[in-house]
Amino acid sequence: MTAKAMLCRCEDVTLDEVMEALEAGHQDIESVKRYTGFGTGWCQGKQCVVACARVLAKATGKAPQLPITPRPPLHPVALGVLASLGDSEEG
Amino acid sequence: MARVVVIGAGIMGLATAYNLAKRGVRDVLVVDRTYLCGGASGRNGGGVRAQFSSETNIRLMRESIAICRDFATEMKINVWFRQGGYLFLARSAERARALEENVALQNRCGLPTRMVDAAEMRKIVPELATEGVRAASFNPGDGVVFPWPFVWGYARAAEDLGVTIRPFTEVVGFETSNGRITGVRLRPTRLSPLDASDEVLPAGDATTEACDEVVICAGAWSPKVAALLGVALPNKPHRHEICATEPLKPWLGPLVADLTDGLYFSQSMRGEIVGGVAVDPVPEGINQQSSRRFLTTYSRALVGAVPVLAGVRVLRQWAGCYDLTPDGGPIVGRVADPTNLTLACGFMGHGFMMAPVMGRLLAEHVDTGETSELFARWSLDRFARGDLVHENMIIG
Repeated sequence: MTAKAMLCRCEDVTLDEVMEALEAGHQDIESVKRYTGFGTGWCQGKQCVVACARVLAKATGKAPQLPITPRPPLHPVALGVLASLGDSEEG
Repeated sequence: MARVVVIGAGIMGLATAYNLAKRGVRDVLVVDRTYLCGGASGRNGGGVRAQFSSETNIRLMRESIAICRDFATEMKINVWFRQGGYLFLARSAERARALEENVALQNRCGLPTRMVDAAEMRKIVPELATEGVRAASFNPGDGVVFPWPFVWGYARAAEDLGVTIRPFTEVVGFETSNGRITGVRLRPTRLSPLDASDEVLPAGDATTEACDEVVICAGAWSPKVAALLGVALPNKPHRHEICATEPLKPWLGPLVADLTDGLYFSQSMRGEIVGGVAVDPVPEGINQQSSRRFLTTYSRALVGAVPVLAGVRVLRQWAGCYDLTPDGGPIVGRVADPTNLTLACGFMGHGFMMAPVMGRLLAEHVDTGETSELFARWSLDRFARGDLVHENMIIG
């Protein structure tokens, strides 16, 4: 992979940006997510989290880390659709 | 050996550590049970406002906003600070009167806040549905920041001044002698696969860090930490949820807040509409899980306030914990026992915006040992004395 390889297409995060985050001391996947913004865009990480976890594992020599905490909804949903739903019982 | 151990690497702890180092205090250690931005400092809406109902909060927040304005220059990091103002909506005559009283007080404190009628509300936010809104107050100097770089800015600046920050390090106990803390027991952690359960797993053996002073800035976790010292805090964690939509081109100037239903929303510099709403009841204890009920409640409130947003999609939702006190005021300053413990917690969801100014005041307090009139008023023992504080501008 080249330094400009795109790891997160939604938020335009490249390989060298992930490496820069690691060098800045962000060594866990939740921190790298926040520092680079990977996984916070349209797909919410479905396309990029595996690639980023692999890069992290390789660079740190540690076992691949847990996926980032998934953020609902699974797919983007319009506010108008959500507003028309009833309240669910769950907390 | 640390001169000061700060517990909690959220914005309050890091701002305190940075200001301690800036004052020349050496050997400051900041520990956090997980990663930077893992607690409320990484989960809030980034609002920074001086529209409060008490003179204390108004004056402190004026100073905090001034620090925000200089933050990028001082910390060499872009925090995406944008002063679009805060527009507070009142739907009842009683709330409108309260806003008017607050505006008068804010004006006396030098803020340009003003009451605005429906026509002016629509000038500020043309898409706002103003039916049922009796009045609103607007302070153009209020604003929003992007919370994450704000946290990193303090962290990096603190480290440049010699502060040690140790994430993934949990406090499991204290060593005390003659009414003083002599050491903090620290254990490495790693995230649990059950992330949302708020559990961390031990990742090594505990060691003792000897220290002179301890500051607890652990937000909603503060009562748990203080309990290890036998200090009982009346704070309660309270889950607040928030969500972000797909990015839109810039169109929304202010953060709009409605104290009736706790709805608030603003547009981040990324273009997302970021906001939340009060949901009642919430689960007991520390809980950072998301609920569908929040999404439907928020969507109804937001589409009601700005109908044109109905077609805009929600990208993600998350949750964090407010750190609530019985009277709505924070708990700040030294306690009677142990004598070298300082508290900075109970900020009612305002800790993030208060941290820039509180970091300065706390560093001075810890460094000099002197207690200001403010810290006396905000001390833990006010609950025992029955000398409570008042603030009614709390969103959600």
